[in-house]
Amino acid sequence: MILVVAEYAGGKLGKSTLEMVTAARESGREGPITLLVLGQGVTDVATEAAAVADQVLVGDLGALAQYNPEVWAAAVAQIAREGEASTVLIGGSRSGREYAPRVAVKLDAPYLEDVIKLSAEGDALRAQRYTFLARVTETVEASGPVIVATVKPGSFAPAAPAGEAGEQYDIELNLPTPRTEITGKSVEKSSRVALSEAEVIVTGGRGVGSPENFAQFVEGLADNIGAGVGATRAVVDAGWRPYAEQVGQTGKTVQPKAYIALGVSGAVQHLSGMGKSKNIIAINKDAEAPIFKVADYGIVGDVSQIVPALIAASKK
Amino acid sequence: MKILTLVRQVPDAEARVKVSGDRVDLEGTTLVIDGMDEYGVEEALRLREGNANVEEIVALAVGPKKVEDALRTALAMGVDRAIHIETDERFDAVSLSKIVAQVAQSEGTDLILLGGQEADWDSQALGAASAERLGWPQLTWTNELNADGETLTGRHDVDDGNEGFKVALPAVITAQQGLNEPRYPTLPNIMKAKKKELRKDDLGGFGVQPAVKYVGAEIQTRARLNKMIDGKDPQAAAEQLLDLLRNEAKVLA
Ligand SMILES: Cc1cc2nc3c(=O)[nH]c(=O)nc-3n(C[C@H](O)[C@H](O)[C@H](O)COP(=O)(O)OP(=O)(O)OC[C@H]3O[C@@H](n4cnc5c(N)ncnc54)[C@H](O)[C@@H]3O)c2cc1C
Repeated sequence: MILVVAEYAGGKLGKSTLEMVTAARESGREGPITLLVLGQGVTDVATEAAAVADQVLVGDLGALAQYNPEVWAAAVAQIAREGEASTVLIGGSRSGREYAPRVAVKLDAPYLEDVIKLSAEGDALRAQRYTFLARVTETVEASGPVIVATVKPGSFAPAAPAGEAGEQYDIELNLPTPRTEITGKSVEKSSRVALSEAEVIVTGGRGVGSPENFAQFVEGLADNIGAGVGATRAVVDAGWRPYAEQVGQTGKTVQPKAYIALGVSGAVQHLSGMGKSKNIIAINKDAEAPIFKVADYGIVGDVSQIVPALIAASKK
Repeated sequence: MKILTLVRQVPDAEARVKVSGDRVDLEGTTLVIDGMDEYGVEEALRLREGNANVEEIVALAVGPKKVEDALRTALAMGVDRAIHIETDERFDAVSLSKIVAQVAQSEGTDLILLGGQEADWDSQALGAASAERLGWPQLTWTNELNADGETLTGRHDVDDGNEGFKVALPAVITAQQGLNEPRYPTLPNIMKAKKKELRKDDLGGFGVQPAVKYVGAEIQTRARLNKMIDGKDPQAAAEQLLDLLRNEAKVLA
């Protein structure tokens, strides 16, 4: 079987799960597509999962109420072993890329990380992935009775339901006791469209000037055109914006239809997170700013003059 | 405690990348210690300078001859000694973790510090895979770390925000920006570092083969329109941009 570990949030199956199902279908690897749903109170998620999978394995347990890499790795490896999985697909989220290597070690399997394309080459699985701050696309290959891979969010089209819903089965798991104690959590919430889902993103950089200007220009424009809000690391480090909005190497990777960068210099670490956007629009007062090299449309000008004009004009 | 810090060497972020054959060609490229690993080295030094009881800090690198420079940087920052396992072969992180685990065991390490993400190959796997081989817990994307006896506390980023944690040694911690500001090696420390031990271990002794084959590499080029709009008249520029976004790019209604 091809084992896909479902990702979900707020009681709903994540888009990344549907993307992984497509990756599984396209991979040409052996076996039925099996979704594994781990957590507590995941009945609805499992039902959603059944619509796109051949079968759904449900581990609905108190011990899974809180994500922990050791616990997740043990659960996934156990099911992969018992089901003689040929392939294990895990989301390329922060948590996925954290526990997937442990699964690979447990299964003594090769590990293909953060892949954007998958295809079977005889016994082997061939994958593409980005390297060198997303400036290079690398092709890698691994073979073995089982291969573990993480799938980069946004790289595959979300799968549509396939015919009959798959059967659901409850599973028994032998789980280790987590050794890490979580002493407090702060969740970063945003009232706007999630960056991973937004078709248009307006991102502010340090050139915007201040947190007040950020609210006025970046959020102002975004709300006017129904866009998500992003930020550079410089802005996040300065405490103007929450980390959840950071785009780049150590933040989120996004691929909207339009990415509007206001007062963003275009450092390589930022480009690696947004360089695959379909259209890039940049407003920067420095004509030499590197962001213009990757822009489809650019205005050399001051954010505080251009953006109010844009907001006014977009209301028309 | 005994700390092992892992050190990689990567092209300077601003360096141009070129591909020849099936991989990125680093000939003539300026190489530096991977910035995220540098946070790990710095944190090890700060734990010792704080009130943690740190017996020894060892830096480990697996890679070509040139990686010595990155190890010298770590030594000059204040690491006590270094181990270099020389190879031109590229090891995927999960295979490499076999070496890391063996070194950690033979050195009696109880804390491994390394960067959360590799600036060249973009892998986040080495810390987790090493932790699994050793049977240790791991904390990734750490941006605050404190030690009290055998207990570590701190904060780290997770999918939807960040959390405080508490864990007992031994453990693997991956570092990221925000954890600290790495120090620059001073000239006297660079001189002192020359006298510190840089041991060469033989790859053959570890019995490790890469599990991933590197088939090809291609530079990403995506043609961009590069249409520049004159911003001198903000009103006119804004109207022109909106027109292009609505009617040419068709990304706005
Ligand atoms: C390991 C590592 C990881 C990193 N990860 C990330 C990441 O995930 N995301 C990220 O963004 N960065 C990341 N960085 C940081 C990155 O290198 C840059 O420092 C950062 O992106 C710069 O942010 P900025 O463009 O907002 O600020 P700056 O570089 O300060 O640029 C501000 C820009 O605004 C322009 N400007 C100023 N005033 C105005 C005005 N009034 N109107 C119009 N334009 C104006 C300036 O010309 C300039 O181009 C990382 C760095 C490292 C070392």
